[in-house]
Amino acid sequence: MTIQMTMDRERALPHKDRPAAPSRAGMEYRRTEPRAVRICIIALAVTFLAVFVVLPLVVVFAEALSKGILAYLAALSDPEALSAIRLTLLVAAISVGINLVFGLTAAWAITKFEFSGKTFLISLIDLPFSVSPVISGLIFVLLFGAQGFLGPWLQNHQLQVLFAVPGLVLATTFVTFPFVARALIPLMQELGTQEEEAAISLGASGLQTFFRVTLPNIKWGVLYGVLLCNARAMGEFGAVSVVSGHIRGETNTMPLLVEILYNEYQFVASFAIASLLAMLALITLIAKTILERHLDEGRLSHDD
Amino acid sequence: MTIEVKNLVKKFGAFAALDDIDLKVADGELLALLGPSGSGKTTLLRIIAGLDWPDFGEVWFDGENALVRGAGERHVGFVFQHYALFRHMTVFENVAFGLRVQPRAIRKSEVAIRSRVKELLDLMQLDWLANRYPNQLSGGQRQRIALARALAIEPRILLLDEPFGALDAKVRKELRAWLRGLHHKINVTSIFVTHDQEEALEVANRIVVMDKGRIEQVGSPGEVYDRPASAFVHGFIGESIALPVEVVCGAVRLNGQTLDLAADEAATGSSTLFVRRHDMQVGPAGSGLLEGKVSGIRTFGPIQRAEVALAASDAVIEIDAPRDRNLRIGEIVGLKPRRYRIFAT
Repeated sequence: MTIQMTMDRERALPHKDRPAAPSRAGMEYRRTEPRAVRICIIALAVTFLAVFVVLPLVVVFAEALSKGILAYLAALSDPEALSAIRLTLLVAAISVGINLVFGLTAAWAITKFEFSGKTFLISLIDLPFSVSPVISGLIFVLLFGAQGFLGPWLQNHQLQVLFAVPGLVLATTFVTFPFVARALIPLMQELGTQEEEAAISLGASGLQTFFRVTLPNIKWGVLYGVLLCNARAMGEFGAVSVVSGHIRGETNTMPLLVEILYNEYQFVASFAIASLLAMLALITLIAKTILERHLDEGRLSHDD
Repeated sequence: MTIEVKNLVKKFGAFAALDDIDLKVADGELLALLGPSGSGKTTLLRIIAGLDWPDFGEVWFDGENALVRGAGERHVGFVFQHYALFRHMTVFENVAFGLRVQPRAIRKSEVAIRSRVKELLDLMQLDWLANRYPNQLSGGQRQRIALARALAIEPRILLLDEPFGALDAKVRKELRAWLRGLHHKINVTSIFVTHDQEEALEVANRIVVMDKGRIEQVGSPGEVYDRPASAFVHGFIGESIALPVEVVCGAVRLNGQTLDLAADEAATGSSTLFVRRHDMQVGPAGSGLLEGKVSGIRTFGPIQRAEVALAASDAVIEIDAPRDRNLRIGEIVGLKPRRYRIFAT
């Protein structure tokens, strides 16, 4: 881009207006950085990624398999590990489901209707990104804890929120709710409302319009949001740690179990669980790349 | 189907998009809503379609209150400026959409839907595109598919929002003639919005000229062109020369110099003299009411357009003279309006 612009400017200037006729070498220099600088910058970026991303990943797998594949599999089939995996999947499934509905509703409201307080709603959606996850967890302790705002009422009705699945779901939902909405809002803003208006004027009902016109147009965006939401939901540590209570075999999710096992010097078991989370990250990365390609294609195929 | 609009008001915040609009459209008419952007023409069209709601006023279709019905219940075919084709559906499915979403009780059989879509694509002469997607079509093809989709539900009224606005000049001209022909064939009451006066004059049976949320004039293309009702209409339709003049006791004065023109109607005080460019007759010096010096000439097509600096004022006007009248730069010419209008300002 910069190269193109510099060249165009050269061409656009009439000869006599050119500032001090640049030598051939001078023009080369202005078009791009010297070779050495380019190599340095690229090398720096690659080294940084290698040290901070690739190396830790390799270490995770190396450590997990340090006592051989059998020890690795044994660690994964431990009842405590299995319970953590089950719990993580359950919590993620519920949270992602809730956030899918919420994200669609919020994106729909923001992009299709005009109402006061819209900007406020948009910034509110971003709140979990700017609040530390530990604080998010604490909010729920303050709300539902024994000394909390709703604690006594819950106790009277024999409802367990904290240190149980509902608490984990609430905390996870809270920290992950921006993902689906964030993926959909710009996409739906770009799509506009004309296709929906066309459908309605052709006699389609609201539901028909949603399922036949809106959803097919945003499906890749929805999947993209769900993917990121799921990755964060399964990997969440801070908020979940505060509300979980760490009851072994009951309220420990995978990230929590990783920490507990590590603190107990069970390195193989700890890294074995961590390797599952690392694999989830890799799969997410690949799926994200594929989805981004679909989203770009969708964007290119917009008429006009 | 007849349409009647009464006292329609629509505000967006403090901005009055429609300011007390009254309009009657007869059955089978092809009506143009013409005006600059922001004149309220699209808002009026959208309210008739049921895509927007007025703050005040009434809309009647054949003596029935249309405002109690939603857009989907009005049986109105709406063609959007940017087509709004369903991008993930084939051309065939786009056209079939309105038939497929009908309630089960009145929905046509698959065979009937197929034959109806085929018939419409034949009417548009685009049956060979049935399996393409919208992004594989040209602008003109998309526009015709959008029209076919709107016609599929057998609308009682056809509304078109800037139907040719996004097309290039050549396709636009072709489609104008084609739209006239189509309207003649199907004879559905139709309203189209345009900011292009040439398009309105060429296509419509009747033109509604709008400005700032109000109707300035309603009339046939001939009427609005030959007898504009206001300074705005004269300035907007056809290219005009506008000169500020003073009318005193029936005498028209330009910069203190009295012109040999009759001031019509009640114009008095400071006014504007409007003359169409081609209605300004060019003669040798001393032959006209006004004198001027030719300061620039451009020729395009059959027209020779000259810039003339008037002697009586510091105004420079553009006039259209026939190509066979040889003008030279620097020449002093006499000008005489064949036809003119004076409106008080």
